[in-house]
Amino acid sequence: MRRDAKAVLVLVLLMTVVVAGCKKGGKPPVARPMPPPMVDPSSTTPTPPPGPPRPVSEPVIVPPMPAEDTIGSKSLDDLNRDSPLRPLFFELDSSEVSAAGQQVLQANAAVLKKYPNMQITIEGHCDERGTAEYNLALGERRALAAKNYLVSLGIGADKVKTVSYGKEFPFDAGHNDAAWANNRRAHFVITAK
Amino acid sequence: MHNYSVPWKVLVAAMIAASAVVAAQQPAQQTPPPQQKPQSEIGLILTGEAGAQTRLAVPDLLSLSSDRETTEAARTISEVLWDDLNYEREFYMIPRDTYKSIPPAPTIDAVPYERWRELGADGVVIGTVQKVATGIKVELRLYNVRARQSLFGREYTGSAANPRLYAHTMSDELHESQRSLRGVARTKLTFSSDRNKEAVVGTVEKRDVKEVYVADYDGANPRRITINRSLNITPNWSPDGRSIAYTSYRTGVPDIMISNIYAGTMETPTKNAGQNWLPVFSPDGKKIAFTSNRDGNPELYVMNRDGSDVRRLTNNPEIDTSPTFSPAGTQIAFTSGRSGTPQVYVIGIDGAGLRRISQESYADRATWSPAPFNEIAFTARTGPGFDIKIQSIATGETRQITFGEGTNESPAWSPNGRHLSFMSTRAGRSQIFTVDRDGRNLRQITREGNNQTPNWSQ
Repeated sequence: MRRDAKAVLVLVLLMTVVVAGCKKGGKPPVARPMPPPMVDPSSTTPTPPPGPPRPVSEPVIVPPMPAEDTIGSKSLDDLNRDSPLRPLFFELDSSEVSAAGQQVLQANAAVLKKYPNMQITIEGHCDERGTAEYNLALGERRALAAKNYLVSLGIGADKVKTVSYGKEFPFDAGHNDAAWANNRRAHFVITAK
Repeated sequence: MHNYSVPWKVLVAAMIAASAVVAAQQPAQQTPPPQQKPQSEIGLILTGEAGAQTRLAVPDLLSLSSDRETTEAARTISEVLWDDLNYEREFYMIPRDTYKSIPPAPTIDAVPYERWRELGADGVVIGTVQKVATGIKVELRLYNVRARQSLFGREYTGSAANPRLYAHTMSDELHESQRSLRGVARTKLTFSSDRNKEAVVGTVEKRDVKEVYVADYDGANPRRITINRSLNITPNWSPDGRSIAYTSYRTGVPDIMISNIYAGTMETPTKNAGQNWLPVFSPDGKKIAFTSNRDGNPELYVMNRDGSDVRRLTNNPEIDTSPTFSPAGTQIAFTSGRSGTPQVYVIGIDGAGLRRISQESYADRATWSPAPFNEIAFTARTGPGFDIKIQSIATGETRQITFGEGTNESPAWSPNGRHLSFMSTRAGRSQIFTVDRDGRNLRQITREGNNQTPNWSQ
């Protein structure tokens, strides 16, 4: 309030000086610069005092929430690096889909239904406790078992390719139970979206 | 010492065969040996004393030219010939460093017999290498030290680029002439290797390319024969040694490719019918047996080499895979999971006469030996890993060849049935080894990268 009153006083004094200057003198000014139109001459009332310095800013963009349709925006490689499709794992020498495996496939099927243009390849992988040759067939059986289950859940067979890599491309290079369990899998690769 | 004693009748046959070989090949000689006429060699077989194994020496060949290439060829040929002869275990090869002090024969005819006799040698191979306009000329003779006479001689000429080939040729011809034996010195191995360290394209995981390679039987002169930056495994020689069929993922899924390695051409016989893998040539080279998922499950098929006349051999909800032809081509041994575990079975090429062969906890990759050994070698689970076993078809008797050093897989017979190549991790990474059918004479063939699924040329 006090500050406002001071500002008004200063303005009134200034205007008095300007108005007095205009009325004084009869000679026409030559090449005299125009006075700044600080005050509307027609206005008899003083202009309202300006407010405090305006804050300079722009609206802040809210960072996007990780939306559900990142699949649409990611490259296939990025998608496969952090895939929405989880692998399922198998017992030694087995291509049977376990109860846990069925849950994984149901979740994967839900993703595939949400994105009907998605095409996938299921890779069958095996651990080193099988032979190189037999594992080629076993990996194929694992990939086929996963595919057949997806098809039974209503996923089109034409969307799902299979390939077996046997034990040629292990995910874990270790030679222990954990590594072997990790390598006995059906691995999902998105090939189109 | 050796297990392959040669009956007298075979020796007589060998003499006749040798005479034919000599008669056929000697006219190619540029300068016949001055003293020993080819005809006089007929029937001369080197033997040891009183039934002992024949003791043989192979000193450095005499270089008749003083240039470095010829000098090195002289040493290489003698070293490789010693190794080649040692490999078949028909002769006791006297270690080369024990006769370094014996002066080289000034000419091929001036053999210091007394010195070789002192060393206990029954025979000595003396040779010369000479630079000629077209490369080198190599002359080699086997001398009987006791009888002081030349038993067998050969003269070769050709490029100086690969002196080892002269040794391999001499070894095979010497084994043929002296022991009626088909040596393996000129055979080759094919295998799959990640040694070029390239990565598979189109995958977010780091995966090493595996390509098909060919090397001499002793691992020398490795050559790459596929370049497609994918997985290329389970190579198999055609019987004529000019083509290799293998499982290739170059289209993204396994399919059978045939590389004609001397023509530089390729064939895709299956015409993309399903996925196909593990091709093996029939003994006559006209057919290929393989595994395919074309009917929804891994089953065995046989087709003509050009892909025509595809026949399905098995029909079982479990896995059927890993075929190998019998020497006559009338039967196929393969692996089936139909009993609950992978086991080796035999079936007629017409699909009749199915019977189980193996009684293991896990058996795969049968390979049927060439005649006269009617045996099947296979990979058997023996613990955490695998070992190589051999089973007689006639008696069913099984013997183990490797014993838990690393894991041992993918046996493949040599064409004479006396040796097996296989993959082993005993030296760390996967490497190709060879071993004799009695489990002795183990040799590491590859050392670079990981190497697997070997196959031996005919």
